[in-house]
Amino acid sequence: MLIITCPWCGARPEVEFRYGGEAHIARPADPSALTDQEWADFLYNRTNPKGLHAERWRHIHGCGRYFNALRDTVSDFFVTTYKAGEARPDVDASSGGSK
Amino acid sequence: MVESPSVNMPSTTPLAPASPLTALAAVSRAVASARLVALGPAARLVFRGREAAIGPAGEAFGVALPREACRFNAAGGRFAFWLGPDEWLLLAPGAEPAPLFAAIEAATTGLPHSLVDVSARSTGIEVAGEKAAFVLNQGNPLDLSLGAFPVGMCTRTIFHKAEIVLVRHAPDVFHIDVWRSFAPYVWELLEDARRELA
Ligand SMILES: [Zn+2]
Repeated sequence: MLIITCPWCGARPEVEFRYGGEAHIARPADPSALTDQEWADFLYNRTNPKGLHAERWRHIHGCGRYFNALRDTVSDFFVTTYKAGEARPDVDASSGGSK
Repeated sequence: MVESPSVNMPSTTPLAPASPLTALAAVSRAVASARLVALGPAARLVFRGREAAIGPAGEAFGVALPREACRFNAAGGRFAFWLGPDEWLLLAPGAEPAPLFAAIEAATTGLPHSLVDVSARSTGIEVAGEKAAFVLNQGNPLDLSLGAFPVGMCTRTIFHKAEIVLVRHAPDVFHIDVWRSFAPYVWELLEDARRELA
C-alpha cells in the first residue's frame, strides 16, 4: 500500500487520503478584470506535468486537514509533503524527503 | 400545526438512547484473547477553536486539550482526544452532555470556536486482549505495534469501509468510536476477524 506522510499525523496508508487537485492555484483578486481566456485558465486549465507535480491532498480519514504534496506523476513517488499555506519546496525528483 | 391529542396518550418515561449493538453483544462468544465489549452511553462533544479558546475549553471540561498530534489526555474518567490541529473529541462516559456543554460554552464566550453535542452520533466498542491488535489489523492498515501506535495514541482512521476513531488505552486495550449506523458492520467484522481465536 502506498504510504503518504501527513504533515500533522505522519506516515499513513493511502486509503485514509483523498486527492484534491493541483496546488498553489490562487483565485484572481479581481475576476471582472480578467479576459474570458484568463478566467477559463484559472477555472479549468492545469499544468498536467510529466514529473514533479504540486498537488493538494486531504487526510480525510485522519486529521481532516488539506496539505500539499510534491508527487512524481511518472513513478507515483511522493517526494515530500508540506502544510497548506507553505511555499512549494525547492527539491527535485531524486531527493529524499517523505515517501 | 395540529394540536397533538391529549387523550389516550400513555404515560411515558423519557426515552433512553438504545445501543445499536445490544442484540449483537447478547449473542457474542467469549474469546479471551480478543474480547469485545459494547460500551455504554457517553457524553461526546466535538470542540473546534482558535488558539485563545483551546485552554479555557480544556479547563471547563476538566481535561487539558492535547496539542500533540494523535494523542489524548485523560483525567477524572474523562478524555480529550486530538482529532486535528484545531479539533478535539471530548468524551465523558456515563455523563449528561448538557451541563458539560453549558460549562464549556460559558468558558469560551466571545472566543472563536464551535462546540457540537454529538453524543448520539456514535457508540463505543472495546477490543481487548493479547490478540486485540491482530484482530483490528484485519480491517485497519495502521501499524499497531507499540512503537508506531503507543499507549496514549488516538486517531481517526478506517476499519474496512467504516471511519472510526481508534484509541489505545493500554498495550492490549483499544477503544473504537464509530458512528451508530456503522456499528453493527464494524462489530460483525470484528467478530469475523476473531473467529479463528477459540
Ligand atoms: Zn493527518
